[in-house]
Amino acid sequence: MENKTPKDYSHIKGWGIDADPKNDPTYPMKHRTDAEQEGYSWERPTQQDINIEVLHSIERPNVTAVFGTSEPPSGLSGMIRRYAFKHSENSYLHWLPLLMADRVNVVEGVIDDFAKGTVPNIFAEKGWKADWEHNRSGLIQKVGVLALVTTAAVLLLTRKKD
Amino acid sequence: MNYRGPQRVRIDEKPEPKILHPQDAIVRVTRSCICGSDLHLYNGNVPDTRVGMTFGHEFIGEVIEIGSEIQKLKVGDMVIVPFNIACGKCHFCKQGLFGNCHESNSQATAVGGIFGYSHTAGGYDGGQAEYVRVPYADVGPTVIPPGMDPDDAVLLTDVVPTGYQAAEMGGIQKGDTVVIFGAGPIGIMAARCSWLFGAGRVIVIDKVEYRLEFVRNYASCEAYNYEEMDDPVVFVKKTTDWMGADVVIDAVGAEATGNVMQTITGRKLLLQAGSATAAHWAVNSVKKGGIVSIVGIYGPTDNLFPLGNVVNKGLTIRANQASVKRLLPRLIDHVQNGILNPKALITHRVPLEDVADAYHIFSEKLDNCIKPVLIPPSAR
Repeated sequence: MENKTPKDYSHIKGWGIDADPKNDPTYPMKHRTDAEQEGYSWERPTQQDINIEVLHSIERPNVTAVFGTSEPPSGLSGMIRRYAFKHSENSYLHWLPLLMADRVNVVEGVIDDFAKGTVPNIFAEKGWKADWEHNRSGLIQKVGVLALVTTAAVLLLTRKKD
Repeated sequence: MNYRGPQRVRIDEKPEPKILHPQDAIVRVTRSCICGSDLHLYNGNVPDTRVGMTFGHEFIGEVIEIGSEIQKLKVGDMVIVPFNIACGKCHFCKQGLFGNCHESNSQATAVGGIFGYSHTAGGYDGGQAEYVRVPYADVGPTVIPPGMDPDDAVLLTDVVPTGYQAAEMGGIQKGDTVVIFGAGPIGIMAARCSWLFGAGRVIVIDKVEYRLEFVRNYASCEAYNYEEMDDPVVFVKKTTDWMGADVVIDAVGAEATGNVMQTITGRKLLLQAGSATAAHWAVNSVKKGGIVSIVGIYGPTDNLFPLGNVVNKGLTIRANQASVKRLLPRLIDHVQNGILNPKALITHRVPLEDVADAYHIFSEKLDNCIKPVLIPPSAR
């Protein structure tokens, strides 16, 4: 069956008789232009050179005129992100792989640090110096719990089997 | 600033940004804030947050280089840079929806580009840095008026417009009772701005005592601790003659506490797009036929939310990222006329090099922190 949108509504009895231009809950956030009725087109800004890999949502036909160039996809996380972008924003197959890629990317970041000869100072990165200054008892508690858990794990792993 | 993983950030050297588009400018940052919504990134809750990215969508600075198509800005201008990246030409920008630009974010169609806010918001490095690439520099950036305090200016990039738009979207009528969940910087500003629309009563609900004390004084409003209530929704009903508030604003978003199930499923297990506790309370504590305004930020997947009550109560929900460019002229006037005093929210001025400590202090609400500002070496 063919679907057709009419251009002339005169044959639809009562078309528009209850239209109320003031019934617009988007006011004043949106300046209604009714441009939709002319079709969606605008003079696109100059396209930024696409000289890196830019993943784009399959809910749009193209890469936007400008785009960010921070951290293009790479490694295993990049492969997962490429898979995610085969699915629409409407799908868990888009978002859940992206979350997984983020976690994989954290491990890649640590490996990358070591590869560059840098040992990441996790405590500094987590801002524990601020804890020492403003939340000393909380920090001591946190370190205590960490030490206990580590000790328990070591004991468990090194326990001789009967 | 360089993101390394959940709750891990550090300072690193990166190449200075370059002009990549004729409408770009390069800005030398002089002030940059950490936003409550940066904590969603910091905690690893926003999908496609890549290791190595620089956060920061609230910044001001000096234009040091411009692209060939830039006509309004010139090198040396000190500018307020709205957090939205907007082309000014697309269907949505033409309607004033500068937070919904269709030419600035390839990765997701639900939101326009935002500086330093993951690849879900376009993959742009942000302003918690010494230099930033600013696309569409003739559209968003606004020259800081002579005499304006830079601490006021930096809060005009997000906090003031978002708080103001939260109140604006509430459709507040004279005499209305407005309830705001969240006493962070946005909730504080929403409370202050609610009076500008003629609210008759403004109530802020949070659990952090020092922030409640601050908002009570700053915004001349009522402020209550939900941990001292059996149920915040019953509290709101009771204090409004058992009707509910005319307008309720969710100024919390995904990091909300107060409901164990929401916290576990939304924040710990990431089974939903953040904890929807504040949105849940908002729907249930607004009166029938009332308006819920949401400016708290949630992730892009789903949330547990009482949709049935939205229908049965006949509610109107209005929500968006603030359209900073649309609001700036009005808000600059309010600051210059002394109606709004944004800089009073700033509690911590931190060298950019100490960004990890600043995130931790803000995230854990240490040292009575309300709003931290990072200051790069060249601006000290």
